[in-house]
Amino acid sequence: MLKKRIIPCLDIKEGRTVKGVNFIDIIDAGDPVELAKLYAEQGADELVFLDITATIENRKTLINLVEKVAREINIPFTVGGGINSVKDVSALIKAGADKVSVNSSVVKRPALISELANEFGSQCVVVAIDSKFVNNEWKVFVKGGREETSLLTTDWAKKIEELGAGEILLTSMNNDGTKAGFALDITNEVSKLVNIPVIASGGAGKKEHFSDVFTKTAASGGLAASIFHFGEIPVPILKDYLKTENIAIR
Amino acid sequence: MKIAIIKYNAGNIRSVQNAIKRLGFESIITDNTEEIKKADKVIFPGVGEASSAMKYIKEKGLDVVICSLKQPVLGICLGLQLMCRSSEENKTECLGIFDSKVKLFPPEEKVPHMGWNNFDSVSGSLFKNINDEDDVYYVHSYYAEICEQTLAICNYILPFSAAMQKDNFYATQFHPEKSASIGEKILKNFLEL
Repeated sequence: MLKKRIIPCLDIKEGRTVKGVNFIDIIDAGDPVELAKLYAEQGADELVFLDITATIENRKTLINLVEKVAREINIPFTVGGGINSVKDVSALIKAGADKVSVNSSVVKRPALISELANEFGSQCVVVAIDSKFVNNEWKVFVKGGREETSLLTTDWAKKIEELGAGEILLTSMNNDGTKAGFALDITNEVSKLVNIPVIASGGAGKKEHFSDVFTKTAASGGLAASIFHFGEIPVPILKDYLKTENIAIR
Repeated sequence: MKIAIIKYNAGNIRSVQNAIKRLGFESIITDNTEEIKKADKVIFPGVGEASSAMKYIKEKGLDVVICSLKQPVLGICLGLQLMCRSSEENKTECLGIFDSKVKLFPPEEKVPHMGWNNFDSVSGSLFKNINDEDDVYYVHSYYAEICEQTLAICNYILPFSAAMQKDNFYATQFHPEKSASIGEKILKNFLEL
């Protein structure tokens, strides 16, 4: 049976993880490679690295980091942040990334999704949607959630699939950082609307939030950052819990 | 031991080289037919699209070389599909090592089949110390039908070939190089053949 995926997300700034971590068994808490290795050993199913500065001068640092991660870890990983072109993606894939995550650049120019899918295959192309519930509608936001677009989340999700994306990473801005649980309504709607995998993101604070998103929506995976980084819910404890809840987990 | 990874226009070949290095072996990535013939083990990896991959392989004369190899060969993902008779992906004639056709998954569940899945059955030396409940990582929209040469079966939407073998030719639909410790065991089993 295909398993539901547990995906820690690492925010990267100038080659370092941004939020601190409090694991005692890791030597350098700011080193993304150390953290990635630990998560892989703990049974994380996949990792996401998000370059939150994503400036041209930091690009080389990111590429170096991707090369190091690819040498060290034996599970798939996605890299996102500031990707605008086929050339950007080519550099990341060559460095060893399995998938890339695009967001604002494809809202601006949706054809980039098809270009990337044609060049690297759909399986490489993750489209991240930052979604926010405003005036009774789930709208798409870009530029790190600072700018509202006219797009409805469901319409955009359908379009993304048609253009050839392999996966959707759906973040609810309303839930992100609240630790009150994933946005089950929009996650359910999007994950049943499209036939490509949808990863739920934003709001994970308890183990139960993962069982909720896996039983009440068709999400293929759950992504979180702080609960893993701060050791609040270690990956093995979360996975053991989900197994006792009879959810398909590796 | 000389290990050659066949270079063609398919993405992320480096991850196979990295995985082999983690097992303590060096390898070369090459499309040079002499280098490939000389190697003790040959890996035919790849993610990508079938018809453009076959076109490249034929242009480089790699089709003839791959089929003539006598040492252990391991196809991975698209590599497995290209070792079959044909693929529905852009109606591609493939290498015909395995007597199986590659088809698109019917859209009864999410496609691509992406993530970790276990086996219905495993057999053979490639799967030494591997059990049915072990999970490995898949990313694919096309699958190889089950045939006589099927070595392991996975079930997603329908049962399909998770791995195949004919003589010295082995192939996995999943990515051992991305399948954590289970994948490492399978790669090690291959290198010990």
